[in-house]
Amino acid sequence: MTPVETPLAEAGVFAGIRPDHLALLAGCARHAVFPAGALLLREGDPADTLYLVRQGTVAIEMFVPARGSVPLETVGAGSVVGWSWMFAPYRVHFDARARSLVRADALDGACLRGRFAQDPALGYDVLSHLAQVLIERLQATRMRLLDVYGNPDRG
Amino acid sequence: MSTETRTGADGAVGAMTPRPFRVTSHRQETRDTWTLELEPVRGAPLVARPGQFTMVYAFGVGEVPLSVSGGPVSGGPVSGGPVSGGPVSGGPVGEGGDGQLMHTVRAVGAVTEAICAARPGDVLGVRGPFGQGWPLRAAAGSDVVVVAGGLGLAPLRPVVRQILRRRADFGAVAVLAGSRTPDDILFRRELAGWQDRADLQTLVSVDGGQPGWRGRVGVVTALLPEVHVDPARAVAFICGPEVMMRLTARALVDVGVPADHVHLSMERNMHCGLGHCGRCQLGPLILCQDGPVRGYDRLAPLMAVREL
Repeated sequence: MTPVETPLAEAGVFAGIRPDHLALLAGCARHAVFPAGALLLREGDPADTLYLVRQGTVAIEMFVPARGSVPLETVGAGSVVGWSWMFAPYRVHFDARARSLVRADALDGACLRGRFAQDPALGYDVLSHLAQVLIERLQATRMRLLDVYGNPDRG
Repeated sequence: MSTETRTGADGAVGAMTPRPFRVTSHRQETRDTWTLELEPVRGAPLVARPGQFTMVYAFGVGEVPLSVSGGPVSGGPVSGGPVSGGPVSGGPVGEGGDGQLMHTVRAVGAVTEAICAARPGDVLGVRGPFGQGWPLRAAAGSDVVVVAGGLGLAPLRPVVRQILRRRADFGAVAVLAGSRTPDDILFRRELAGWQDRADLQTLVSVDGGQPGWRGRVGVVTALLPEVHVDPARAVAFICGPEVMMRLTARALVDVGVPADHVHLSMERNMHCGLGHCGRCQLGPLILCQDGPVRGYDRLAPLMAVREL
């Protein structure tokens, strides 16, 4: 497994994380490359990976019969894809597709859970950083529910 | 603000009297939005600064405020607070412009539906221009971030065009455009041209994706981390729904853009355009005169007051 400690430290999501925790994370990581159009995650598959996107753009999609794959959100370099490895039933809920060539660090979910169980401080540190991204995504999703562009004043 | 007297359709004189303008072109932008070009039936062209608005009258139906989305623009005095940056070389930023008075209108009610239905040869009434425009001249020498949401791209289009005419007078420039869906994107061809330019970073995102859409999906503020500008020396121009502007301004200030460098185009119920009727009051501001463009340093406390 190629060490990825230094690139992990450069990932925006893990900025400020403790160096020793970064080293522990790196032990669960490998490099991954996806050509444009390839799936990083597929709905229904076992959820076993957290991707830190280093290059390229990933679309979170849902396949809808008679409509096709509907892009729900796009995620760029510096952000993360894949949350379902955290909690049972560890199943992927949405497709994640490379929009362009994507280079990412792939962290093994079972490995992470194991290390968090052994070292709760590590788990708190990492999940605190990931929760920040989750909150931003949740807030952005709520904003989109407002449909601000679709409800102008009448005139 | 220009409130000079003028001769109206019936020969009467006054700032409340619309001048007749003939529709010369009518282009559908999206399902419910059209761009009209207008020329005066007689007299001089209407010259506006980017960010100003006019009151457009569909005879027999009513009058609405519309932002100027293109046309002849003046090099008039710069509005808003001082913004650091060197002088503009080669003359005032506001000089020039292109073509005829242009309005981009979304049909959402009786008046705007009547305006959107106007065809070449039809006559509409126009008063103005009114209000304070974007402080573009004061932004010279700075990096610039333009953030548009939905129809907010219309009043910002002249800003981008002015910057491109005098590109060397500005630092890094980024244009972020948010839209409801891919089908709702305005000025599609022009945006594509901007995206092809090496001297302009243009990012487009939609709130709701559709199958086959290859662009970004997400709120427009999610694009901000990708913008290549120096926040400390950046000036921002924002126009869109007020919630979108509030969050965008806050996000820009959070990353280090000074609040008095963040300019918003506020929308209230403009009616007379002359500061007389008070319908567009926002706290101490009468937006048809004091706005619509103001700095976030002044607007932030007012925007925090609910129902203001």
